Amino acid sequence: MALNDRIVITGIGLTAPNGNSLTEYRRNLLDGVSGVVQYETRYMPPVLAGVCDFDELRYQTRREVRRGTRAGSIAVYCSNEAINHSGLDWDDVDKSRVGVYLGITEHGNVETENEIYEISQFDYDTKVWSHHHNPRTVANNPAGEVTLNLKITGPHLTVGAACAAGNAGFIQALQMLRLEEIDVAVAGGVSESIHTFGIFASFQSQGALATHEDPAQASRPFDTARNGIVVAEGGGICTLERLPDALKRGATIYGEIIGHAMNSDASDFVLPNSERQAECIRLALSRAGITPHDVDLVSSHATATEQGDIEEATALKAVFGDTRTAVNNTKSFIGHAMGAAGALELLGNLPSFDDGIAHATINIESPDPRCQLTELVANKPRDLGKVQRILNNSFGMLGINSVLIVEKYEG
Amino acid sequence: MTGEEIRQVILDILERIAPDEDLSSLNDTVAFREQMELDSMDFLDIVMELRKAYRIQIPEDDYEHLTSMASTVTYLEPRLKDVPVAG
Repeated sequence: MALNDRIVITGIGLTAPNGNSLTEYRRNLLDGVSGVVQYETRYMPPVLAGVCDFDELRYQTRREVRRGTRAGSIAVYCSNEAINHSGLDWDDVDKSRVGVYLGITEHGNVETENEIYEISQFDYDTKVWSHHHNPRTVANNPAGEVTLNLKITGPHLTVGAACAAGNAGFIQALQMLRLEEIDVAVAGGVSESIHTFGIFASFQSQGALATHEDPAQASRPFDTARNGIVVAEGGGICTLERLPDALKRGATIYGEIIGHAMNSDASDFVLPNSERQAECIRLALSRAGITPHDVDLVSSHATATEQGDIEEATALKAVFGDTRTAVNNTKSFIGHAMGAAGALELLGNLPSFDDGIAHATINIESPDPRCQLTELVANKPRDLGKVQRILNNSFGMLGINSVLIVEKYEG
Repeated sequence: MTGEEIRQVILDILERIAPDEDLSSLNDTVAFREQMELDSMDFLDIVMELRKAYRIQIPEDDYEHLTSMASTVTYLEPRLKDVPVAG
């Protein structure tokens, strides 16, 4: 591959329900610490959710927090953290050559629900509907707030890709870097979804909202007793650069994106499709020029829905069945972080390049025989010795599939 | 409401809209925008909060009267004289 087409991760910023930095997050993943808690939401009895507690005022004033959205705050926090982590001399960077690409599952629900509640207190008088509604709900809001905060004058977009959005943000950035439209990408995914009651109520109506007496045990991908999704908020954002630029400035390289793929099931609004998922995985592998045996760790998507986990396990068996490739799941710790899920799940596994350890999938009390994942890292982390390639799955509603393959950079 | 009560209402609104500002040394005769960070969206917040709390509709043509604390209180006094302070 041409040197300029090689895209690397040079900085990481994140907020997850169990950590506000890569170090803290990774520590809790290795220690089996969940971030799921009980959560109050409008019109419903308490639900379970992954809630973040990052410092909103680290990079924003109170006024900016008030003016913008939660997704915007998450995006601003993670972007600043990633840029600081990258060692980029930000004052010297040509801001017109920085692009912001953030995956989102949904946007606008939070603000719309809040405003409808507000006008309901005034007999639905639309004269008290907020003038902030439009700038808060346009789909590009989270990425736009990053450009405002960091004075970035290059392009910005959000990528709507349901629960595949985190990977999709990285893929969009990779493509723009290869096209040389930008020199630095600030990319990943964000979610504010716990702040809308509608998402909880809809999963509940679908019979897909997890319940459990102990919040930490509620998210149970691949377990027989799983009963649905725990919704989470969060953000995972990286700085991405072309390899020659990263090397020229002596950047630390946290991984290289060697393969990617997206496809569509074209079969159902909500039910996933293992054949199309397997196709997507194979496409990513072929683009990376590797075989299933070359992947050390699969970071699975599994959300703990009954059928979803079975479909993904079937796809993984089809592709990796005769390998020793380990499989784990981050949603068991933090719930389903929607637009941020793919990003956070990849980032939680990246430190494996350094310590050779695959974090666990917690809450596996009785592995579902219909899932049959012989290499599932269950309950306790597993020392894999050496991890060189991680494959990250993310699948979403309307049958959207995404796969990212990241390799340890060894020069 | 008295002029003093109106002034306090406006101060409370400003505190919510501009939470990072120190309003203790606000000069009533100088334009708000010259003393604090306030853009057109913030200004509409003032209009909106008054609308919600006191059901007072301020026509767009009258916005020019709301430039400073003194001019705002002068403008609102006759319009809010029979209205009690909202709880």
